Amino acid sequence: MTRFQSTSSYIASRDLEVAVNAAVALQRPLLVKGEPGTGKTVLAQEVATALGMPLIEWHIKSTTKAQQGLYEYDAVSRLRDGQLGDERVHDIGNYIVRGKLWDAFEADAPVVLLIDEIDKADIEFPNDLLLELDRMQFFVYETRKTVKARHRPVVIITSNNEKELPDAFLRRCFFHYIRFPDRETMERIVQSHFPDIKQELAREALNVFFEVRGVTELKKKPATSELLDWLKLLMIEDLPPEVLRSQDPKTAIPPLYGALLKNEQDVHLFERLAFLSRQRQR
Amino acid sequence: MLGHFIVALRTAGIPASLTEYLTLLRGMKEGVADYSVDDFYHLSRATLVKDERHLDRFDRVFGEVFKGLEPPEGDPGAEARIPEEWLRKLAEKLLTDEERAAIEALGGFDKLMETLKQRLAEQKGRHQGGSKWIGTAGTSPFGAYGYNPEGVRIGQDESRHRRATKVWDKREFKDLDDDVEIGTRNIKLALRRLRRFARQGAATELDLPDTIRSTANNAGSLDLKMVPERHNTVKVLLFLDIGGSMDDHVRVCAELFSAARAEFKHLEHFYFHNCPYERLWRSNRRRRDSEVSTFEVLRTYGPDYKAIFVGDAAMSPYEIVQPGGSVEHWNEVPGQVWLGRITRHFRRSAWLNPMPEQAWPRYHSAQILRQVMENRMFPLTLGGLEAMTKELSR
Repeated sequence: MTRFQSTSSYIASRDLEVAVNAAVALQRPLLVKGEPGTGKTVLAQEVATALGMPLIEWHIKSTTKAQQGLYEYDAVSRLRDGQLGDERVHDIGNYIVRGKLWDAFEADAPVVLLIDEIDKADIEFPNDLLLELDRMQFFVYETRKTVKARHRPVVIITSNNEKELPDAFLRRCFFHYIRFPDRETMERIVQSHFPDIKQELAREALNVFFEVRGVTELKKKPATSELLDWLKLLMIEDLPPEVLRSQDPKTAIPPLYGALLKNEQDVHLFERLAFLSRQRQR
Repeated sequence: MLGHFIVALRTAGIPASLTEYLTLLRGMKEGVADYSVDDFYHLSRATLVKDERHLDRFDRVFGEVFKGLEPPEGDPGAEARIPEEWLRKLAEKLLTDEERAAIEALGGFDKLMETLKQRLAEQKGRHQGGSKWIGTAGTSPFGAYGYNPEGVRIGQDESRHRRATKVWDKREFKDLDDDVEIGTRNIKLALRRLRRFARQGAATELDLPDTIRSTANNAGSLDLKMVPERHNTVKVLLFLDIGGSMDDHVRVCAELFSAARAEFKHLEHFYFHNCPYERLWRSNRRRRDSEVSTFEVLRTYGPDYKAIFVGDAAMSPYEIVQPGGSVEHWNEVPGQVWLGRITRHFRRSAWLNPMPEQAWPRYHSAQILRQVMENRMFPLTLGGLEAMTKELSR
């Protein structure tokens, strides 16, 4: 069996590797939590690549229902076809629209199924999927047939912690909390994404980045994905590393801050800090 | 062995169940843990803990249950390997001449160091209290915060000089535990729970009038129209205690406040000092201009607002029960009557107290207020906030 490991493009800590491998070996869903921007969604893509399986993504919105992942019965089309006297109307199967879970169950080879941001949905959503994820099968009432997984998919579920998930659901999952990477890991992550970045630029940028994160009053602390965006910008603009060095975040806003600071209160906060420290210097 | 571990986890309040235990056993059978202690730790954590708030507790229990569990490739003498120079330096820095003379009582400095090394080698695991082992708050000559004049103080962090700092001993998830006080990170999380009950029942529903109209426009062929179901948003009134005994807690409150602002659409805040009376104010800096009558607040905001008081409830009892008891002005009506009026008006109300819960019984005023609030006083911790949001959403 192939095992999941850190790749050249995704740095996974040892505990994450163990959690993923446990979920794959025991065929249970893996629930991943963590700060936004620490690579929860990317993890599913990496697991799919590492195991050589196709990835099916199911992105959850506040209006998503569990049933939509299984199948939907398009009654409205059938009603309309009935009014127009279409022949298709006699077979109810024509109006069953497959959901992502169905796709994953009926795939020819095992797949990785990502259920992204499960906490966005209604509070009952995870409960409605309990049996389906446990037994990997469900019943289609309209056609009276049971859809059963040919191969149990590897299920990865991400959550941003907006809602508490029900205990019964949690019992069936493995759980991993992605911590914010420390400086050393971050350097490896930066290296893996930008192998040809200038060392000095990377170092200065990381200094600024960790100092920005150190400002406790920030509403939204920049995370890994913000750092990578910012570095990309810095490289496109081809800024010399000295620019970053002179820019102590306490005295000024870092260049191209738009990639790091995501709301105007945080930008104001930095402006105020800069103003205060300039006054103090006088 | 493992059964004992599960029991210990459950005693510590981590809801690990039989299912998860069996999963763990199966995982080990499948060879996920790979005969490595660290991997076993990772595997059992992924299996048994389902909430990041419990991670720290898990680490503590794991450390206790599996203490003395060494990686097999370990070198048995490594435990006692302390740089002698370092110890000497530390001792010289910390001890006065007098104290160093006292050390002679134990057989001189070198003897002391030797004993220390020896005990370090004997001792496995952390230790608290007691009079022999090295640990914290004991009377042994070794350890931190102890009382033995012959003692060598070993700083908390430095006690990790035992070579193997095990993963679970680092306790990296400490600030995710829900018994610790609120910081900016976890408060958002907690207030998010307040928002949760506003979101119940998300779906689309049939817009019947529009469907009829558009079906008629379509000359009878059906045209269904849907509208998103309306969400009722949570409305919150925050009453913040400011000034006086609250100054210690103003920072925490400011964090709570700034976090709350981002979370609610309908959020109003008012300030009071110690106990709400007939006047509240909206801005602490321009207090005189921004004063409003409490009656006006009650008239303006409907009973569906949820009232949250934030204050340490530490004051003289007179400020609550006595007319004219306020420290700032002459109040005709005692504070508890005003508080009662507010809590009766709003269907749901709660009091958040930034003081640690253990300290409440020491303040008579906190007990009175707790009575007035009918026990709806919660500590300003994640757990407290959770209990509060549960109470408010009932």
